Amino acid sequence: METGEDDLCQNNWGSASILDYEMAREDEEEEPNLHVFKASSSGQDNNGGQASVDFLQGVKAQAWDPRTMLCNLSFMEHKIHELQGLVHLILGRNGQLQDEQQQLITSDLTSIIIQLISTAGSLLPSVKHHNMSTTAPGSALFPFPREANNLASQTLNNNGGASQELVLPKPFVGESHEMKNEDDAEEGENLPPGSYEIKQLEKEEILAPHTNFCTICGKGFKRDANLRMHMRGHGDEYKTPAALAKPTKETVPGSEQMLVKRYSCPFPGCKRNKDHKKFQPLKTILCVKNHYKRTHCDKSFTCSRCHTKKFSVIADLKTHEKHCGKNKWLCSCGTTFSRKDKLFGHIALFQGHTPAIPLEETKPSAAASSQRGSSGCGNNNNNAGMVSFNLGSATKANQETSQPCFMDGKISFEESFSPLSFDTCNFGGFPRSIFDDSFQMLISSACGCSPINGGDGSVSDTSV
Amino acid sequence: MKKAKQVQHMISKPFDLLSEELVFIILDLVAQSPSDLKSFSLTCKWFYQVEARHRRSLKPLRAEYLPRILTRYRNTSDLDLTFCPRITDYALSVVGCLSGPTLRSVDLSRSFSFSAAGLLRLAVKCSSLVEIDLSNATEMRDAAAAVVAEAKSLERLKLGRCKKLTDMGIGCIAVGCRKLKRVSLKWCVGVGDLGVGLLAVKCKDLRSLDLSYLPITGKCLHDVLKLQHLEELLLQGCFGVDDDSLKSLTHHCNSLKNLDASSCQNLTQRGLTSLLSGAICLERLDLAHSSSVISLDFASSLNKVSSALQSIRLDGCSVTCDGLKAIGTLCISLREVSLSKCVTVTDEGLSCLVMKLKDLRKLDITCCRKLTGVSITQVANSCPLLVSLKMESCSLVSRDAFWLLGHKCRLLEELDFTDNEIDDEGLKSISSCRSLSSLKLGICLNITDRGLSYIGMSCSNLRELDLYRSVGITDIGISSIAQGCCHLETINISYCKDITDKSLVSLSKCSMLQTFESRGCPHITCQGLAAIAVRCKRLTKLDLKKCPFINDSGLLTLAHFSQGLKQISVSETGVTDVGLVSLANIGCLQNIAAVNTRGLSPSGVAAALVGCGGLRKAKLHASLRSLVPPSLITHMEARGCAFLWKDYNNHNNSNTLQEQAELDPKYWKLQLEEDIEL
Repeated sequence: METGEDDLCQNNWGSASILDYEMAREDEEEEPNLHVFKASSSGQDNNGGQASVDFLQGVKAQAWDPRTMLCNLSFMEHKIHELQGLVHLILGRNGQLQDEQQQLITSDLTSIIIQLISTAGSLLPSVKHHNMSTTAPGSALFPFPREANNLASQTLNNNGGASQELVLPKPFVGESHEMKNEDDAEEGENLPPGSYEIKQLEKEEILAPHTNFCTICGKGFKRDANLRMHMRGHGDEYKTPAALAKPTKETVPGSEQMLVKRYSCPFPGCKRNKDHKKFQPLKTILCVKNHYKRTHCDKSFTCSRCHTKKFSVIADLKTHEKHCGKNKWLCSCGTTFSRKDKLFGHIALFQGHTPAIPLEETKPSAAASSQRGSSGCGNNNNNAGMVSFNLGSATKANQETSQPCFMDGKISFEESFSPLSFDTCNFGGFPRSIFDDSFQMLISSACGCSPINGGDGSVSDTSV
Repeated sequence: MKKAKQVQHMISKPFDLLSEELVFIILDLVAQSPSDLKSFSLTCKWFYQVEARHRRSLKPLRAEYLPRILTRYRNTSDLDLTFCPRITDYALSVVGCLSGPTLRSVDLSRSFSFSAAGLLRLAVKCSSLVEIDLSNATEMRDAAAAVVAEAKSLERLKLGRCKKLTDMGIGCIAVGCRKLKRVSLKWCVGVGDLGVGLLAVKCKDLRSLDLSYLPITGKCLHDVLKLQHLEELLLQGCFGVDDDSLKSLTHHCNSLKNLDASSCQNLTQRGLTSLLSGAICLERLDLAHSSSVISLDFASSLNKVSSALQSIRLDGCSVTCDGLKAIGTLCISLREVSLSKCVTVTDEGLSCLVMKLKDLRKLDITCCRKLTGVSITQVANSCPLLVSLKMESCSLVSRDAFWLLGHKCRLLEELDFTDNEIDDEGLKSISSCRSLSSLKLGICLNITDRGLSYIGMSCSNLRELDLYRSVGITDIGISSIAQGCCHLETINISYCKDITDKSLVSLSKCSMLQTFESRGCPHITCQGLAAIAVRCKRLTKLDLKKCPFINDSGLLTLAHFSQGLKQISVSETGVTDVGLVSLANIGCLQNIAAVNTRGLSPSGVAAALVGCGGLRKAKLHASLRSLVPPSLITHMEARGCAFLWKDYNNHNNSNTLQEQAELDPKYWKLQLEEDIEL
């Protein structure tokens, strides 16, 4: 279930990106076994997955109910039986399975094992949590459901290290695309491994809108304070000062020496994942959330101004929208910069990149050209402002069939923005801003960048 | 019979035996005079074709003829369009199509009305374009610069005064033209540190970089001085270059030979020290109009570069005696020193400087008014190799000093004695400098025909002679010059009131004469002018202002004979419409000044203006402005002609006494000095 959804998310993320290199990366990623996972998740296992989510939430809500524990154990038993049945099936057929069937079975196995492990993990109590829950007066509120689950998943990872690889057969994905330094805060902090306590939240938890749930009605809250306020409505016992007080942090005498808490990203292969060779832990839960959303999730928030930039964290979108449109410094590769020196630093760094002159600036000079030149300039594209980088913004309609003969006085800069310029905007070639079709041809051939999108751009239309 | 036929055959193709290479060598020699070349090509069809194949550089007078001349001269590699003010995109595409890959250099510095589209055609079609001059394209924007970047093989680029250009445009050029060697961005006031920095990062072959008057700081110089081949760096008037931004600068730019940091107001000794820190091979240093005092401390910043330094310019600086002494001690290999307008220079300082500089070739002490004969004597004694000495307005220098100068410095070629006390004896001594080519004796009131005749007798290489307001000179002196100096190219006899037509007739022997200025010579008539016009075929500049006897007949002769004339002033003469209109016959004519010429009517001026197709500047009386049709003025301006409307009415209406005074040099000089003191 998890892998399947991950894969789906990865896929969306890849296709949402407009940059070609990311697309290319996605292609590499798509190995056959992943297809299978996707298929399985979308198919038969869907229900099971859903069930387990519900189940996990149940675990959160009533972690120390012995009845729940019993229920969990029986669930595990059931699952183990299922597993046994499957293995028997394999044995019965003497391994002579068709590929398809084998894959189906493998995926079944995988999902069962995942559920098993997560349930088993939820059974394991932690000492301090136990203490807490017994001593704290407001135990019914269960103020640390997250941590309970954390520990569970942590132990899951500790215990099932071997099985994890079996469970998550995802290929290693380099995190080179992780451009944002969202977690810069802890970059310089070099905690020696072992000096801190690693916690790993599960994906569902990270993405859950609420982390605090009412044990009575099940309503979710983002903050425990809000939950406490809510609880007052359920009875007078929740109105006592003790119940309303902010739960104190880990001040249990006799608990072991307090370690600094650091967090690990559940995404395998991620640098923030504790199995990574150069693991860099995340500092807070907020960091985990932002990191996970930014790096491993679909960018679902689109800027309402430029309709180009996408974000997975809404705060990022808001920050961007504040500055959107002010990024007037543009490189030929399509990257925009809010500051000129950043653009020039970028250009100095990369070969072949060149500053892109905004279209509006080319206009007056075109108009100020010789009278003969401007007189013939009839069909203006009117693409005022900055160059828009929307793929497939239908500039095709504007393509003029101007003859690139020097005799005609018709000189227009506007026609230059044919889709070709941006279709080819990988790092080899760069979009031209102000040239007529004939010249574009020249450029693209000179740069050696053939139009990627099957040449459906302006090239085929030009009469060169 | 057969033999006769053979002979006839041979006559019919007499140049079959002559190989093209040989003709090309002949043509190389002929090419110095355009009229000779023309005669050559008109000899026969074959010569015509050979000449067309031989010619590499073209300087057309009219853009309209570009298609035809480029069809004829297919091997054109250098195209100078400075005479064609109006170059449209069409013209540029014609150039691109017809000259194509053979074209290597284009000069568009004086042209306008082309746009990015035309430049694009040029850049794309002329694949081997190496040099382009786009100076004065004040309307040029980044889009056009981005187009220039398509000329990938570009090595030399001039963008002077392209004021609308910004870092973005320069960035495009930097990325596109990686082979750039020489770049001039003078007065591109929109270009800053980022553009220049990127240029330095991307174009590693840069040899020469002109960053004068750019709003740059020391930041970009960190990148610029990392260039391995940089030889010339011009930072004139870069006010942003200051000590603080150069503080951390350390470089090893061993290739740097020429550094111009003149008028950098915020650059003091500290910044200069770091700027010079790595330039150990520096040969030329320009610190003119520096804000800091050239003191002993300042000279110490030259420590690193002192070994190779050959030339230093300190024009307009406040120079102390100690500073000069230190420079003399430090930089022994100096060959050129310029202290023009350093009013604080004293005899002691200059003497200390030149005493050490045995190799000194050029010295400029213009307007160092405190200097006396002592320093000139010291110069004469210490610097036997002196070639050029400019000492305008050193009026305290005694007459004897000049005698010594001529005696000791026999290699002198260039002398500027404007406004000095030199007399005939001094000239006699100077005349022993056989290689003298330029002699300026303006406002030298002590010289007479006798002194000038010494020059005429000995200095046969004289090219330039300035006798502005040297009133002691008459026809005799001029005729001796004309007799002895047959290479004379430039002569100025303005306000020499005794000059008559005789001088002009004798000067007409100097067939190389190009510039003739006879402003305010009241005795000159059309006869003298005719002699000059007929015999001096190379005449290009002519100043006849305030020669009241010059009239239409003079201009008619000029219009007929002086086809190379580019600039003429007929202000305050007797010229009328007829004469002015006849000037339209001269194809090259670019500048006309006709102010306060009473015989001119608006219609005559209008006809002349329309007729002169290549006119760039017209200086006319302000009253004509309202009388000439405005549409004509706009038409002329569109053709590339600038108007200068002068109103001298107040000055002119005052009585003739002032005119008299203007002609009297002593009175004039007195007035000038009063003005200076004010």
